[in-house]
Amino acid sequence: MSSAMPLPRWVDVALLPVLNVTLAFLIGGVVVMIVGENPIEAVRIMLYGAFGYGYGFGFTLYYTTNFIFAGLAVAVAYHGGLFNIGGEGQAYVGGLGAILVALAVGGLHWAFALPLIMISAALFAGVWAFIPGYLQAKRGSHVVITTIMMNFIATSMMSYIISRILKPANVNSDESARIDPLTRVPFLSEWVPLLKNTPVNISFFIALLALVGVYWLIWHTKFGYALRTMGHNGTAAHYAGMSNARLIMITMAISGALAGMVAINDTAGAHGRLLLGYVAGTGFVGIAVAFMGKAHPIGVGLSALLFGVLYQGGQELAFTMPAITREMIVTIQALVILFTGAMSNMLRRPVELAFMAAQSGAERSGSPAEEKRA
Amino acid sequence: MDAVQSDHTRRPVPAAGESLAIELRKINKRFGPVHANKDIDLAVARGTIHGIVGENGAGKSTLMSILYGFYHADSGEIVVGGAPVTIHNSSDALRLGIGMVHQHFMLVDNFTVLENVILGAEDSALLKPSVDKARRELQRLADDYGLNVPVDAVIEDLSVGQQQRVEILKALYRGADILILDEPTGVLTPAEADHLFRVLRTLREEGKTIILITHKLREIMAITDTVSVMRQGQIVETLATASTSPEQLAELMVGRRVLLRVHKEEAKPGAVLLDVKDLVVADDLGTERLKGVSLHVRAGEILGIAGVAGNGQSELLEALSGMRAAKSGTIRLNGEDVTAVNDESAALLRHKGLAHVPEDRIRMGLVTNFYEWENAILGYHDLPKYGKGLSLDVKAARAEAQRHIEKFDIRPANTDLKTANFSGGNQQKIVLAREMERDPDVLIVGQPTRGVDIGAIEFIHNQIIKMRDAGKAILLVSVELDEIRALSDRIVVLFDGHIVGEADPRTADEGELGLLMAGVSQKGAAQSSEANP
Repeated sequence: MSSAMPLPRWVDVALLPVLNVTLAFLIGGVVVMIVGENPIEAVRIMLYGAFGYGYGFGFTLYYTTNFIFAGLAVAVAYHGGLFNIGGEGQAYVGGLGAILVALAVGGLHWAFALPLIMISAALFAGVWAFIPGYLQAKRGSHVVITTIMMNFIATSMMSYIISRILKPANVNSDESARIDPLTRVPFLSEWVPLLKNTPVNISFFIALLALVGVYWLIWHTKFGYALRTMGHNGTAAHYAGMSNARLIMITMAISGALAGMVAINDTAGAHGRLLLGYVAGTGFVGIAVAFMGKAHPIGVGLSALLFGVLYQGGQELAFTMPAITREMIVTIQALVILFTGAMSNMLRRPVELAFMAAQSGAERSGSPAEEKRA
Repeated sequence: MDAVQSDHTRRPVPAAGESLAIELRKINKRFGPVHANKDIDLAVARGTIHGIVGENGAGKSTLMSILYGFYHADSGEIVVGGAPVTIHNSSDALRLGIGMVHQHFMLVDNFTVLENVILGAEDSALLKPSVDKARRELQRLADDYGLNVPVDAVIEDLSVGQQQRVEILKALYRGADILILDEPTGVLTPAEADHLFRVLRTLREEGKTIILITHKLREIMAITDTVSVMRQGQIVETLATASTSPEQLAELMVGRRVLLRVHKEEAKPGAVLLDVKDLVVADDLGTERLKGVSLHVRAGEILGIAGVAGNGQSELLEALSGMRAAKSGTIRLNGEDVTAVNDESAALLRHKGLAHVPEDRIRMGLVTNFYEWENAILGYHDLPKYGKGLSLDVKAARAEAQRHIEKFDIRPANTDLKTANFSGGNQQKIVLAREMERDPDVLIVGQPTRGVDIGAIEFIHNQIIKMRDAGKAILLVSVELDEIRALSDRIVVLFDGHIVGEADPRTADEGELGLLMAGVSQKGAAQSSEANP
């Protein structure tokens, strides 16, 4: 009954997330003050680090690209009522798909190689996500549990493959051979000198296309319709004659394929080779990105940008203000995740009450006699 | 209170001298822009049965929740036994002698009756003294009020009627003088309902006050002394039951004249469109819920399935609509065997001309988070007219929804409103429009008017009759015996997974049907599981 009055859409979509982020930054500011630094100065440094000059901005976009892919992976599954925690492992396995094709077609111009690398990465990561999907659909094993387990399996499996199979004899660190420069996904700095050799590459545009594509998939295809039906009400989907089992498997595969695109940005682009543990938490950040973005592509795009700013600006901050350590940056990032994800509804009630008060206040002033008691 | 003096034989509003059990003065409650209770004045005399009727959303439940401490009124006064009180929670209400029997029972299924009764009312850390006291007290209550239940039986082994008696006992054991019953007969067989009414009359004679919330006007007429009609958050009239009629109450509830009877021509049955033979169906846990059911439905007739909820109706609907596989037996649609079932059979059957209005629109028939237009194509979204290839033609779907809205008078007439924001009756219309507008050959309908306002009931019944007259075969499942009798051309009674009898709605009397529904079989009826026309 308390939700009898739905909030206006803009409150849900814009006001609440902004309030949540603001709250996270206020508390982060208190932390900064406790260590004896000026929080306003800290924010200035952070923003400057993220946007202020070409090098920083390039890194911001590079991180954003990763977070868009990882966030979309979680968002697509979420519309089907599935919680894909396995983006990390799926992206890692996607890296294998990317590197195998990239090395195999070494020397081919990137414009021809890129589609092949993408397909391979999507296939590898998609299959990795399809397995938990199959187990959920046919065996009833919950995807949350199985995707987490698949993350561990991916880590071990990939360590073995990278260090024992892919590692060339003449290289010391655990990584694959390098991709031919002609085949490697080119950096944007080739065309935009301002970006100063930062790792942001063509994948950034692929990420933007993915945002549009996912929007189309979820709201303008029959599959998306079925997916959302299942996500909101599995019984209704069954009633409508949709196969929940098939939807779960396809959805997980698509979700995994999106996570696999992180490999296009990193393995085939920024790194130019497959590094041990290259995903480095991107898959998990994707969960926060998707939730903060309310699983909507526009929201995912914006929150991916926010996390990109936090990552790049945070490094700048740690560098400029020695009192603020890397760990503190992580703390602030965690606060943002906490307030926008886990506690995103904390401010909903106060906002609702404020709206109710505003509304009934307006009504009351119209009929002042109403409150008089008999 | 300066009540308007009425000329009824019995004063609907108690006079000043008469002892009041409970009095509400100018109660107001808002939920945001919704004024759920508006200046409610209500006085119930001690030792009477007071009925409260009204459509869904009229504010009955809100009012009772205020009385029982779930909600707090924005303004107004509650007077119990002559003194103003504030009720913050249900233990406050109990302390004041107000007990509530909820529509959905609040019992621990694997506890015994005795354990449920003392739950939360134990006197000390040790159970023994409480148990002994409760046993004596329950015996006394059973003797006084005819509330017999086996005190050591486990709840889940009891019938629904007995479980309800446990709920009443719980309230009485806690010293309730004022009993609020919320839709108490929804789950009962006619015989169980009769028994409940006998208990309520005895309670009244012992000086207890009873407030009965119901939408069944017949019950109001049968048992209450006074009745209040609620509409749009207000009490529009309080009347002495003896001086009113169901027609008048219905008119007061809806605000316009309502036909309580369905008018229909004689059926003209044609070919058999749906033919079921020896159907055996198990539920999710593997328990057989249909144990060899045979029936058929002809074009142009309505076959009513009567029975108390939980006797296999849900499984019958799910099996017929392709949602649930049969263990054995056959289902033929237009002569074609459609028994084999996979995940997507429901969609296949729809394309073959079988439409299904499910029993539970919220759980199954609708996605309440969807916009209205999205629900208008649920189950039909694969049709080419809603988009070629992968894409979904949102415009075409909206146009379809708009047609439904106009034809079925769905309100508000807004395809882009979330379905959860429609009233129960309008949600049901969204489902009915979707399933009826595809021109199916066979329509299976479960509980078409559950939780639907009287005004909408009339409309829905007429639509079903119209489908019949258009030559469709209709199978109707309802726990409302009145509805079955009013709409059906033939009635079969389902009990414990068997068809235990067949009746002609024009001649069948309620007592006979009631016995069948309770499992007391008609002579020879149990053997003839085939329902012949």
